[in-house]
Amino acid sequence: MSEKKKITVSIMDGPFESARTVTAMRLIDIAATRGYDITVFAYEGAVSLAFAKQTAHANAVHGRDAGEEDHPLPREWIAALMQTATQNGGSIDWINCGLCVDERGMSESIPGPRRGSPADLWKAAEASDGTLIIGTR
Amino acid sequence: MAKRVLQIIDAPYRCTVEEQDDPAIWITHAMRGAGGEFGVLLRGSAVNYAVKGQDASGLSFGGRKQTQPMNPEHELARLMEKDVPVYVVQEDVEERGLSAGELLPGVRSINRTGVAKLFGEFDAVWHW
Amino acid sequence: MAQYTFISSRDPFESRDCEHTMSLASELRRSGNEVTIFLVQNGVFGARKSVASQGWSKLAREGVRILADTFSLKERGIDHGRLESGIEPAELDLMVDHLAEGRRVIWH
Repeated sequence: MSEKKKITVSIMDGPFESARTVTAMRLIDIAATRGYDITVFAYEGAVSLAFAKQTAHANAVHGRDAGEEDHPLPREWIAALMQTATQNGGSIDWINCGLCVDERGMSESIPGPRRGSPADLWKAAEASDGTLIIGTR
Repeated sequence: MAKRVLQIIDAPYRCTVEEQDDPAIWITHAMRGAGGEFGVLLRGSAVNYAVKGQDASGLSFGGRKQTQPMNPEHELARLMEKDVPVYVVQEDVEERGLSAGELLPGVRSINRTGVAKLFGEFDAVWHW
Repeated sequence: MAQYTFISSRDPFESRDCEHTMSLASELRRSGNEVTIFLVQNGVFGARKSVASQGWSKLAREGVRILADTFSLKERGIDHGRLESGIEPAELDLMVDHLAEGRRVIWH
């Protein structure tokens, strides 16, 4: 049996600000569906992706109530991705950079992601088959 | 498996006032402290991080003064003290009207065509 | 020799940086490395045949594999028939393959 693949992805963008976030989520989704062990290091603004208080809203411009608008919330994506990974025999270790959490006041995360530090990124990268750093502009 | 990593930095001064750091330089320091081995390549306008005499002091917002402004040349010098070589792309330096004498001592200049060869000296390349 | 993959997300009409990625990819290829470019997000504006796509086409003739993310193309209404010669549509899954294979995958 081949060894399970491990990948690490580091992201920096906060929610609703950059297409980079969606591409990162797409990559993680593919890896989760394959049952990989995935480490996500959320750095800088990306620590807000798992913020528990993200709330969906209606869209009067489109005449849709909150239910109809069904607005994506990154925290829901993260929860669903973690579940997908587990269901497929893999895992997602979602690490929020602790100092970035503190300065942004983003301590209320959904269950699952944990607080960490750059040492965790380094450790994960050393143990991974491949590491992708997605910077920001 | 990441062993020796080249950190490419090319988006300077993005959040350096609020963070009092460049996040890519800062995380390199932090991971170096965790045992990682790195080199730093400054390209594009990030070569300006190696310019001597930068001064971000003096900002105040509603009387709330900034007391620890970032000093990129100091942070790069500290990295070099920790055996992290710092490279700048020579053409990017020259295109910006800079000369070698204006840069922090110890910074290594490479030509654009030499970047590919530099990649080969590292086990991984991370672009921040 | 090594295998390099550049995930190129920048709009070539907004950023000169794509030219630098092209030069670097060419240099890496000339040095005997295997090089892949994966255009994603607004990077796919360089995939539709235009003044911006010619650089990628030239790279393809040098042996660099140039791919464009199918979702990003669809999102922007870029029909596969409009792609510059030498650029192939591809799924993002290939990028996960490359990461898992230990290739040097670099975001740009």
